[in-house]
Amino acid sequence: MASRSLARLGGTLKTVAPFAQRFMNSVTSSVDDWMTAKLGEEFNERLSRVPVNLTSTGVDPFGLDPQWTKYTLATAALLHRHYFRSEVFGAENLPKDRILLVSNHSGQIPIDAVLIGASLFMDVEPPRFIRAMVEKWTQTLPFVSLFFSRVGQVVGVPENARRLLENEQALLVFPEGTRGVSKTFDKRYQLVDFGLGFMRLALETGTPIVPMAVIGGEEQYISIGTFDSLAKLLRMPVLPILPQLALPFGALPLPTRYRIYFGEPMRFAGDPDDDDAVIEEKVFVVKATIESMIHRGLKARKSIFF
Amino acid sequence: MRAACARGQGTILITGACGRLGKHLVRALHRERRVVAVDRRPFADKPKDVIHERVDLRRKKLRDVFRSEPIEAVVHLGVMHDPRASQAEHHAWNVAGFQKLLEYVTHFQVPKLVVLSSANVYGPQPGNAQFLDEEAPLLASARFSEIRDLIEVDMLAQGFFWKHPDTETVILRPVHILGVVHNAASNFLRLPTIPTLMGFDPMVQVVHELDVVRALEQTLSPGKRGIYNIAGPEPLPISHIIKLLGRPSIPVPYMFGKAALKRLWNLRLSTFPAPELDHIRYVCMVDDRRARDELGYTPKTSIEDTVRSVDLGRW
Repeated sequence: MASRSLARLGGTLKTVAPFAQRFMNSVTSSVDDWMTAKLGEEFNERLSRVPVNLTSTGVDPFGLDPQWTKYTLATAALLHRHYFRSEVFGAENLPKDRILLVSNHSGQIPIDAVLIGASLFMDVEPPRFIRAMVEKWTQTLPFVSLFFSRVGQVVGVPENARRLLENEQALLVFPEGTRGVSKTFDKRYQLVDFGLGFMRLALETGTPIVPMAVIGGEEQYISIGTFDSLAKLLRMPVLPILPQLALPFGALPLPTRYRIYFGEPMRFAGDPDDDDAVIEEKVFVVKATIESMIHRGLKARKSIFF
Repeated sequence: MRAACARGQGTILITGACGRLGKHLVRALHRERRVVAVDRRPFADKPKDVIHERVDLRRKKLRDVFRSEPIEAVVHLGVMHDPRASQAEHHAWNVAGFQKLLEYVTHFQVPKLVVLSSANVYGPQPGNAQFLDEEAPLLASARFSEIRDLIEVDMLAQGFFWKHPDTETVILRPVHILGVVHNAASNFLRLPTIPTLMGFDPMVQVVHELDVVRALEQTLSPGKRGIYNIAGPEPLPISHIIKLLGRPSIPVPYMFGKAALKRLWNLRLSTFPAPELDHIRYVCMVDDRRARDELGYTPKTSIEDTVRSVDLGRW
């Protein structure tokens, strides 16, 4: 009985489907035109040059779908070029095969990851898709988990990272984790403790580490504290207090100008299963490099917004 | 006396031989080797040269089957997974029956034991690696405790592997098997309208039943032992599978779908218990590199044919 009523519902859907399909096609083609006008032919040309290993069903083994990725990247590129007007330094530093991008984390919501992704596609030669690691709990959220999977973002477990690096991908990690993204305004641009996992991963897979500094993220949302108990109740990792949300359009991040620095690749050697103390020393070298890059970046910055 | 070496020619005993997969395996093997089919169900259109022993694995009579002739390999397919059957029944059949079988394999020094487990023993979880290797923990019962017995069978086989090095033990963990078989995955894809969970579209792996039969045959060659994941062609999102089948689908919000399925299950209108929804919510995919390297396994059926094969088995 249940299956019969399902079948009837399915039949109705089937008659509507062709119209919906035609509507969708016309919408996507006009969106495509607008995108090309805004971002230039260069965008499409770069898209065709990105190496992806698609299976016969048109997705990569992690679920990356080129169509989804295209529109997501276009949105990211618009933010990158027109909203945050990012300046990118040191893009010529990047090796062409496997890399581990290690960056400071900021901004309450991870716009820094989006912009690094956009700049890796728009400003780096050859263009690449970024692969970042997402929190496990995002997989339990409808649409969010689907979206992350289709644009090539993977669950943050070491096996996935290893597999991506073995496929010569560019992997982005934020060793500060969620504690880094939710810094309050008085702690801006101060690095919190780094996790050690990324160094073990780099040692194990022989991957060069590219230190990165992202400037401009800390001023987009001004956080004056966090709601810890409410966050726990909502099962979120953290919940910042943002006074600007009370203003009209306050949910939008302030249009600060981003400055993205790619550092010289750093290569480390050693046993990935070494004691924490040994790994920590190596991590400290990376952290100090990023710290000095941030300081130089802040000194060079004349204005937050321009 | 040490167990005789498996030469790849002697008699094969297949449990659960009257299931759809079992029949495929019997047909694939009986021309080259002597096959003893053990199943309490009837074996319609049985090949003439196959011996069918209608015995329950827990009965003494099984001992006589082992005693009457030297068995070179045991292929254990006789695992029951009927979501309507009780826990006690599952345990008695799957665990107690398998333990008896292991006893005879030891006692009669059978040189080869092949156990068909399933990649579902890893369980769909939000924190799963995209491709689980054979060392991943078996967590399926954390979210769906009714399938504890299937994990127990896998664990028993692993224990046997270590305790009895004279017997070459192989454990196969194939992903969702599609074809004329009647399992949850194939039955799900045979629904006239396929419900999906709104906002979830995990990558899945499916494998054609005949590819599993080929893998089983490959494990029978001498010297093969160990645990092997068996994956099909290439992974793909569930929505692509539904598109290949050309059938309508309806996205249902998870909370609503779970409540509705629970109700339907209690009213006996559905054959899917609610925790199985996790399979269309989270990834549970495997890395089959080991099977490709060591067994020489490669799936022969294309993804299109694998998916469409479910329609051949309509009832």
